[in-house]
Amino acid sequence: MGITQILFWSLSALALFGAIMVVASKSPVHSILYLIVVFFAISGHYILLNAQFLAIVNIIVYAGAIMVLFLFVVMLMNLNAESEPKKHRMLQFAGLISGGCLFLVLISALSETPQASNLVQMGGGNSGLIKELGKALFTNYVLPFEISSVLFLSAMIGAVVIGKKEK
Amino acid sequence: MEIKWYIGLALALFCTGIVGVLTRRNSIIIFMCIELMLNSVNLLLVAFSKMHAASAVAISNPNVVTDAQIFVFFIMVVAAAEVSVGLAIIVMLYRNTHSVDVNFLNRLKN
Repeated sequence: MGITQILFWSLSALALFGAIMVVASKSPVHSILYLIVVFFAISGHYILLNAQFLAIVNIIVYAGAIMVLFLFVVMLMNLNAESEPKKHRMLQFAGLISGGCLFLVLISALSETPQASNLVQMGGGNSGLIKELGKALFTNYVLPFEISSVLFLSAMIGAVVIGKKEK
Repeated sequence: MEIKWYIGLALALFCTGIVGVLTRRNSIIIFMCIELMLNSVNLLLVAFSKMHAASAVAISNPNVVTDAQIFVFFIMVVAAAEVSVGLAIIVMLYRNTHSVDVNFLNRLKN
């Protein structure tokens, strides 16, 4: 087993453990911290796949900006585990069963699908580097890029309008 | 690494997110599970792009790998905008009901 395999399996185990703890942990703050662990594991996967730009963007945008926003909101609200409403046991069990069924169905459907090739190119290839992605972003995708700036502006205005105290 | 392991990992993360949405009532945790699902899809897109990097598709059209990663980038952009508006909505919900329980939202139906 090479170093790539070891890294892949350990990062996958870390991501799955974090994901399960996000759902299972009682306190919302712990959930957020475990979600940050998942995001770092996924960034590690991106680095293994030589998608360096996405790895850095994932850390900056998700683990940096979005999770800080979540933490800030949770701290603001003063939530604790005791006051948290719980679903009925049967409903929780039904949710678990239906999620597991979806997993089995998707796995069995996708395992029969023919793929273009079996192997994923680990490392190698310079298509995930900032140079190539920047070239594509500012030539072929310059219009969506500009539109996304309008999207951010509208999201900012929307957040301010929604969050404003009405008199 | 074979593509099936990536499919399995992304599906496991996605289904964990779905189980979280179905079993929790705290709206912040439901929102975090949605982020988890978005991330698993991103991971699968990148894995598929690197799968095609070695195949005949990429040799005839060298842009195919870059395009997939640009899509992931735009998914992250939309997710960031969505989080800011969604958290504003949750804060407003908390201010009005002093709770983040999603069952309070059923009054919207009347």
